[in-house]
Amino acid sequence: MYLGIADVWVFLAYIGCIAAALLCVGYGLINWKQNGTTPTEEDMAWAEESDKLAEKL
Amino acid sequence: MESTVFLFIITILYLFVIGFLGYLGYRNTRTATDYMVAGRNTHPAVMALSYGASFISTSAIVGFGGAAGMFGMSVLWLTVLNIFVGIFIAFVIIGKRTRAMGHRLNAHTFPELLHKRFSSPFLGLFSTLVIILFMPLYTSVVLMGAAKFIEVRLSINYEAALFFFSAIVALYVIMGGLKGVMYADAAQGGIMLFGMSALLFLTYYKLGGITNAHTQLTELAPKAVELFGAAGHQGWTSMPAFGSRFWWVVISTLVMGVGIGVLAQPQLAVRFMTVKSDTELNRAVLVGGVFILLMTGTAFTIGALSNVYFFNESGQIAFLAANKDIEQIIPEFMKRFMPLWVGDVFFVTLMAAAMSTASGQFHVMGTSAGRDLFATFGKDLSSSASIFATRIGILITLLASVLLAYILPVYFESGIAIVARGTAIFMGLCAATFLPLFVGTLYTKRITRSAAIWGAVAGFIVSLLWILFVHEKESSVLLLCNAVFGRPSFFGDTRTGFILWSEVDALFVGLPVSAVITVALSFVTKSLPAEHLQRCFGVKKEETPVP
Repeated sequence: MYLGIADVWVFLAYIGCIAAALLCVGYGLINWKQNGTTPTEEDMAWAEESDKLAEKL
Repeated sequence: MESTVFLFIITILYLFVIGFLGYLGYRNTRTATDYMVAGRNTHPAVMALSYGASFISTSAIVGFGGAAGMFGMSVLWLTVLNIFVGIFIAFVIIGKRTRAMGHRLNAHTFPELLHKRFSSPFLGLFSTLVIILFMPLYTSVVLMGAAKFIEVRLSINYEAALFFFSAIVALYVIMGGLKGVMYADAAQGGIMLFGMSALLFLTYYKLGGITNAHTQLTELAPKAVELFGAAGHQGWTSMPAFGSRFWWVVISTLVMGVGIGVLAQPQLAVRFMTVKSDTELNRAVLVGGVFILLMTGTAFTIGALSNVYFFNESGQIAFLAANKDIEQIIPEFMKRFMPLWVGDVFFVTLMAAAMSTASGQFHVMGTSAGRDLFATFGKDLSSSASIFATRIGILITLLASVLLAYILPVYFESGIAIVARGTAIFMGLCAATFLPLFVGTLYTKRITRSAAIWGAVAGFIVSLLWILFVHEKESSVLLLCNAVFGRPSFFGDTRTGFILWSEVDALFVGLPVSAVITVALSFVTKSLPAEHLQRCFGVKKEETPVP
């Protein structure tokens, strides 16, 4: 019995959900500032396309 | 009476907040680009909560929570996949590249991305048609689920509930575009977080804590074996017996079918293009992982634990206490064992879940029916025409979805069962049709136009045939197999080793077929021009695989 759960595979699923969520939290925290938030050239071109469309209207 | 007042107040408050956010989205709609992908600045919490809210529908909580009431905590493997595949892999492996390539190619929808990546109007049209033809069935699942819940909780008839709910969803999607949808979805995600956290806490608290609650559930195992032992049930805290019918349902249909199927859903893929940088996606992973844990993790845990509540009260397990209707296990559990105010908060939580999922679906169907169809035929759309076409598209697909949810149960004997399979049908088709192609789109220059087209078409045809004739859950209610072969599934109870063919999900067959054809044809057909690939993949430094 693990935390009252009979089957080790179900216990692994129970722990696995929490572990997967912690992986997401860890990844998010470690990469919180990675790559910066500056848009690339393509992002800018994409935004310009958006502006052009706005002008048309 | 007090409860009715409280329910009335929080429902009005909820509709007001959603209406206000929809209005903000409407006011800020300026261009087709804005309308399509919500402008250029999306807060990571908004991104993650709105993605999560679209990802988790009422059926994930009520339907799959009820399935956990039947099959037990083994369904928690789906939560593991929901978080690891649906959030981590989706955001880190798929999301970053989708965003970058979508921006490079100035693509705003999933079909538009495929069309431009392979310079293939056919692929754009094909993916558009898959979305337009099959997504209304999926959406009608969500509408029907919400309408049924409103019907019971507010004591109004089903038709009124369906039209009332559909009208509200339609209004704010049409008014606001994705911007309105995203902020409203994020607000709905917040409501869902609160509602489900409260429910998880109360469920464990009333049973004396985590270990105590699980132990009581484990002790009920003989009841499960007595009733469903022949099908493989070994108790609610054990896996079903390997290779048994229940094992195939849990592993093939629930865990793998839905857990992997989510990766290639067009309405979720388009969200990645809405963020400004990879950093926003990294941060969204943090919020998303915790969000999904609290949504499906909670739903599946309380679904399984509801057996203890029902048994202690009436000596019956959840399935029997809910009149053998899996969908009724969670609502019945809420009604009998939770305080009224928790039931009311849960009601709004479910409305939020249904509305956010349905609105995301309408948006994708609308853009496909409007913008993508027009674009396929080479029409040079002005921005305003594009917006108009999209709105008309949303209206048409909305009507189709509402009609399905309305007509199928009334005029067709197995209508409700067909709608209930809508999620599985759509996910199975999408994964088999788009997943190998989508991964190839983002990760390899070797994938050719012919390989992409034939892989997608083969995956689609094989999984459609499997759904119609083999996978009994679907084939038995779609009736075609019965009409042609005189039995609900072509293979009946045939086994090959531990494989019980009638329980194997379409994804297990369609996905490998699609993947093999895509890879094989990529070696023998002509590559796309180098300049085109450079445009898709950008400069060298961006080709490094994402860690």
